Amino acid sequence: MELGVLDIVKWFELSNEKIQQNKDYLTSLDRPIGDGDHGINMARGYQETVNKINTVDYAEPSAVLKDAAMVLLSKVGGASGPLYGTAFLKMSVAVKGMVVLNLRTLTGGLAAALAGIKQRGKSELGEKTMIDIWGPVVDYFTKGEISSAGLMEIVSSALETSKETMATKGRAAYFKEKSIGHLDPGSASSFYIFEALAEVIKEKE
Amino acid sequence: MKKIINNPNQVLQDMVDGLIAANPQRLKKIPETFVIARADAPVQGKVGLVSGGGSGHEPAHAGYIGKGMLDAAVCGEVFTSPTPDQVYEAIKAVDGGAGVFLVIKNYTGDVMNFEMAAELAEAEGIQVEKVIVNDDVAVEDSSFTTGRRGIAGTVFVHKIAGAMADKGASLEDVKAVAEKVVANVRSMGMALTPCTVPAAGNPSFELAEDEMEIGIGIHGEPGIDRGTIATADEIATTLTEKVLEDREFSGEVAVLVNGLGATPEMELYIMNKKVHDILADRGINVYKTFVGEYMTSLEMAGCSVTLLQLDDELKELLDAESTAPAFRM
Ligand SMILES: Nc1ncnc2c1ncn2[C@@H]1O[C@H](COP(=O)(O)OP(=O)(O)OP(=O)(O)O)[C@@H](O)[C@H]1O
Ligand SMILES: [Mg+2]
Repeated sequence: MELGVLDIVKWFELSNEKIQQNKDYLTSLDRPIGDGDHGINMARGYQETVNKINTVDYAEPSAVLKDAAMVLLSKVGGASGPLYGTAFLKMSVAVKGMVVLNLRTLTGGLAAALAGIKQRGKSELGEKTMIDIWGPVVDYFTKGEISSAGLMEIVSSALETSKETMATKGRAAYFKEKSIGHLDPGSASSFYIFEALAEVIKEKE
Repeated sequence: MKKIINNPNQVLQDMVDGLIAANPQRLKKIPETFVIARADAPVQGKVGLVSGGGSGHEPAHAGYIGKGMLDAAVCGEVFTSPTPDQVYEAIKAVDGGAGVFLVIKNYTGDVMNFEMAAELAEAEGIQVEKVIVNDDVAVEDSSFTTGRRGIAGTVFVHKIAGAMADKGASLEDVKAVAEKVVANVRSMGMALTPCTVPAAGNPSFELAEDEMEIGIGIHGEPGIDRGTIATADEIATTLTEKVLEDREFSGEVAVLVNGLGATPEMELYIMNKKVHDILADRGINVYKTFVGEYMTSLEMAGCSVTLLQLDDELKELLDAESTAPAFRM
């Protein structure tokens, strides 16, 4: 598997489609355990990201990721803006200078993104945040063999696990035990992002 | 939703323009941003103070811009933290060479966006320090979770750190006194009605006609107890006792009885009377009292009680001159 500039652009386009389609759903997830803005924030940020990356001819995936990160940082807001912004910025740095990404370098990029989210959010796996999705995904990639179906399986089960977790970080933490049984909105948006990545990978299978 | 607005997606823009129009000599807008700064910013040689957060808490934070308080405020969308690029513009606008100090309320989004902005500014050679305000005793204090929220007590941080900076203090000293205020201030709020974010169109939660929620946050985050509405004396007792339980108060304090947006001053004064009685019973002297709207939550009905433990240094800084429209001293 090799992903080039156009594949990474495609990743953001597909992510955007899913986020736009599920904007109200993401917002409804954020209402009981957050402040009901996640879908609105993500839809705004991803639309602007796609608008931006469609106007530029990129030489390498790193440059796409960097532009996407900067747009997300300045347009999403809330907690998820700096988190996704940091994630893609770290990923961009990790794959700098590579014209195509193979499994090893893509894995390195995703691991750097995860480390960025953890550092920015001062959080770890199991706190009912998007890390509950990114963590298992990076573990899966690290095993050295991937498939689009396998990736979907991993993210689906990670989302289920996270649902039954109690939130200790972010706005949902104020709800303590009451957050158990609710889907975390940031984990749901990360789910769409990896569902989109799985579709990009599927094209290569 | 019934509001005096033009378009739910334009409230921030319209509000900022109106705010500048109300204070043309004192305030300026940094072009292409929602950053409002002192008209004379940057003040050379003085530590610049920046605060901000989601909008909907007016007069916080832009109303606290002035000599002796903030140098700039970053206005986010309603109840949404401003983005790092906006905060970074504010930092640049107020940097007079002595460094910039950030006052951040403890919300995940605010902390991350302000920290990223600080990193950008430091990369440009601007010295940045910060304090994170977490005065809401309704939330458990824990280093393993997000921790306590920042609410009305933040205004005392603006005032006292602002006065310190105005005296010509170093960035380090401004930080030290801001941390001292955070260590000495506690608040707790309650609500009778929810509020509606214009872009959302519906109230963020529901409270029945005869219900109230104790310990609610300024964005409607859950409190600690929902029950039948009580009398002002009972409410004042609940809030004040909880604040007093949280830390030892003695000697002299400042009191802030804050309205959340739709509570008449009359009711705030009724609350204030009981707060004073409770403090008097405990032998705690009230040095200064502030009653009014300082940190609101759109049109939420309700109030919060804040106590600040004072000493000579804090008293002097609290009394110092301020030209901020919402906190003239
Ligand atoms: N400390 C954290 N570490 C990692 N992820 C986090 C953290 N805090 C929140 N999140 C993720 O961000 C999501 C919420 O994003 P959202 O944009 O709604 O931010 P928010 O908390 O509502 O911020 P704001 O109140 O400023 O709008 C959560 O569902 C969670 O997955
Ligand atoms: Mg939210």
